[in-house]
Amino acid sequence: MLSPILMIGGALLLIISLAMDIGKSQSTARGPMLVVGIIAFFVGLYLFPTLKHHRKIVYFIFLFPLLFTFAVTVIIPLVLGICYSFTDWTGIRFEQVVGLKNYTTMFKDPAFIWSIVITFIFVVLNMILINLVGFLLALLCTSGIKGDGFFRASYFLPNLIGGIVLGYIWQFVFSNVIIGLTNNISLLAQTKTALFAIVLVYIWQYGGYIMLIYITGLTQIPGDVLEAARIDGATPAQTLFHVKIPMIASTITICTFLTLTSAFKQFDVNMALTNGAGSVADFMGNYLSNGTQMLALNIYNTAISKNNYALGQAKAVFFFIILAIVSLIQVRVSNKKEVEL
Amino acid sequence: MGEGRQVGKGTRVRAFICTVIGVIIALYVLFPFYLVVLNAFKNQASIVADPISFVGASFSQLKTNLSAVVNNQNFSFWYAFGTSAVITVISLVLLALLGAMAAWVISRNNKKKWASAIYMVFIASMIIPFQVVMLPLISTFRDVGKFVGISMLQSVPGIVFAYCGFGGAMTVFILTGFIKGIPYDLEEAAAIDGCSPEGTFFKVILPLLTPVITTVTILNGMWIWNDYLLPSLMLGQNGKVKTLPVAVQAFVGSYVKQWDLILTAALLAILPMIIVFLVAQKQIMSGMIEGAVKG
Repeated sequence: MLSPILMIGGALLLIISLAMDIGKSQSTARGPMLVVGIIAFFVGLYLFPTLKHHRKIVYFIFLFPLLFTFAVTVIIPLVLGICYSFTDWTGIRFEQVVGLKNYTTMFKDPAFIWSIVITFIFVVLNMILINLVGFLLALLCTSGIKGDGFFRASYFLPNLIGGIVLGYIWQFVFSNVIIGLTNNISLLAQTKTALFAIVLVYIWQYGGYIMLIYITGLTQIPGDVLEAARIDGATPAQTLFHVKIPMIASTITICTFLTLTSAFKQFDVNMALTNGAGSVADFMGNYLSNGTQMLALNIYNTAISKNNYALGQAKAVFFFIILAIVSLIQVRVSNKKEVEL
Repeated sequence: MGEGRQVGKGTRVRAFICTVIGVIIALYVLFPFYLVVLNAFKNQASIVADPISFVGASFSQLKTNLSAVVNNQNFSFWYAFGTSAVITVISLVLLALLGAMAAWVISRNNKKKWASAIYMVFIASMIIPFQVVMLPLISTFRDVGKFVGISMLQSVPGIVFAYCGFGGAMTVFILTGFIKGIPYDLEEAAAIDGCSPEGTFFKVILPLLTPVITTVTILNGMWIWNDYLLPSLMLGQNGKVKTLPVAVQAFVGSYVKQWDLILTAALLAILPMIIVFLVAQKQIMSGMIEGAVKG
């Protein structure tokens, strides 16, 4: 008896509270009413007197909350975002559909092209260097040195700190400490060296994490394989290139794509360290003042700082397409590897 | 005999060289942390004069810096810290619980079309970068908030809601993989004993999930605690509600090159995470590895 009362009462509360919005009511009771209504409805549903469908009801109640938050925060904005990129959206409303205009505008903007170029350079450099550093650190930590636990923990430590805070910490290091080594010109003062500085900080932040994954890969190599190599008289270098590296091929794939996607999405360090500043004398015939602005930051600045939401959104969709392609390649490569093994 | 000794000596020399290299790299990695801690004990003048040595460092200066930072209007450390902690803890609890519930339903129906469709959507959504949803997210939340009469922007519930939405996919992915490995017999036995499906989940399945829930909690926790972009967009740079990274950004923005204050603020911002790391080092490192290997 309780169940239908709760369900109907809950539904009524829900409808009334939403109807009050359409009726332009300013009552503050609206929100709590809605929440109480939803909870009452679900409790009623749960108590629904049925044995046959009880399992299905429980499944629905268990699945609903996460799916609902997921739909509201990811699916709806994604669909809206793709639609908005074809309009003159201002972040609040749009007046007309402009077709591909945003997409053609963004590729005419030298600063955006520059962002794409430096992002790609940054991604490739990072991918190579972080994997190299991570792998070498992993070799070091698994070489049987004393206190490897301490080394692992300290190399991993920077990964705990958020990009904003460590960006400011490194801003201090570059402009007050390392400046003594570089003829009193901060690395951050010139575009080229500033990009190099971002790479350096990113390796510092991410290298320890990649190291941990490589350590896992290396320690999973069966001991008898290494033993066999040693008995056959393989030198350490031969063991490394002919036994260890082939054995951790799947780990290398994971780390490669992990560094690739994370470097691509890099925002916090870029913002805190240089905020995109840096002069470029001549790029496609234009002077640029945002020489260290990478894609993610460019999107943010276009929308938030320059208040051009539609253009920013179009750039974001472009960004999404690139990342989707990268992910598809990753899936392909991983599947192929698994077949080979 | 002679050869054996030589090998022994060679390995020892190698081990020594490795240790030396390890120490040098550790010094490089930890150097910025040293600078932060050291310079929080100094005033602006002695930081600029010499940022590396102990000259000018004193506890009284640390106290001065701390009180200047903690009571600062733009930073308001305790408030930002509390907000960050509340948001992180509630999001983590909800993600673990709702994620486990959803993952259980998905893995127990994995032969049905609707369940595998939901699962595929979750997996596919993991490639969506935040940038592509962030702008419409703000307008959607603004509209939804107006529609239902609960403020979704500039509010803790709104941001928790967003974290549940964004963290859901990865959480469900990792948990589903784990639940699939739990034998179905266990649940059948519980059902024969007269246990309801929800009872089975809470009494039998959930306790078995402890290790994997630890993993997702660590992964989500590191992300949510350090996240800057989402709270800065939802809460605003100088809004009423502030998380720690947003507060640091607002603080540094208003005190350009005031290194004594900035570094003290940085110290306060990194301290909680480092304390947590020192306590749960093993779990954090293994959780991060599992997340990478599975994701």
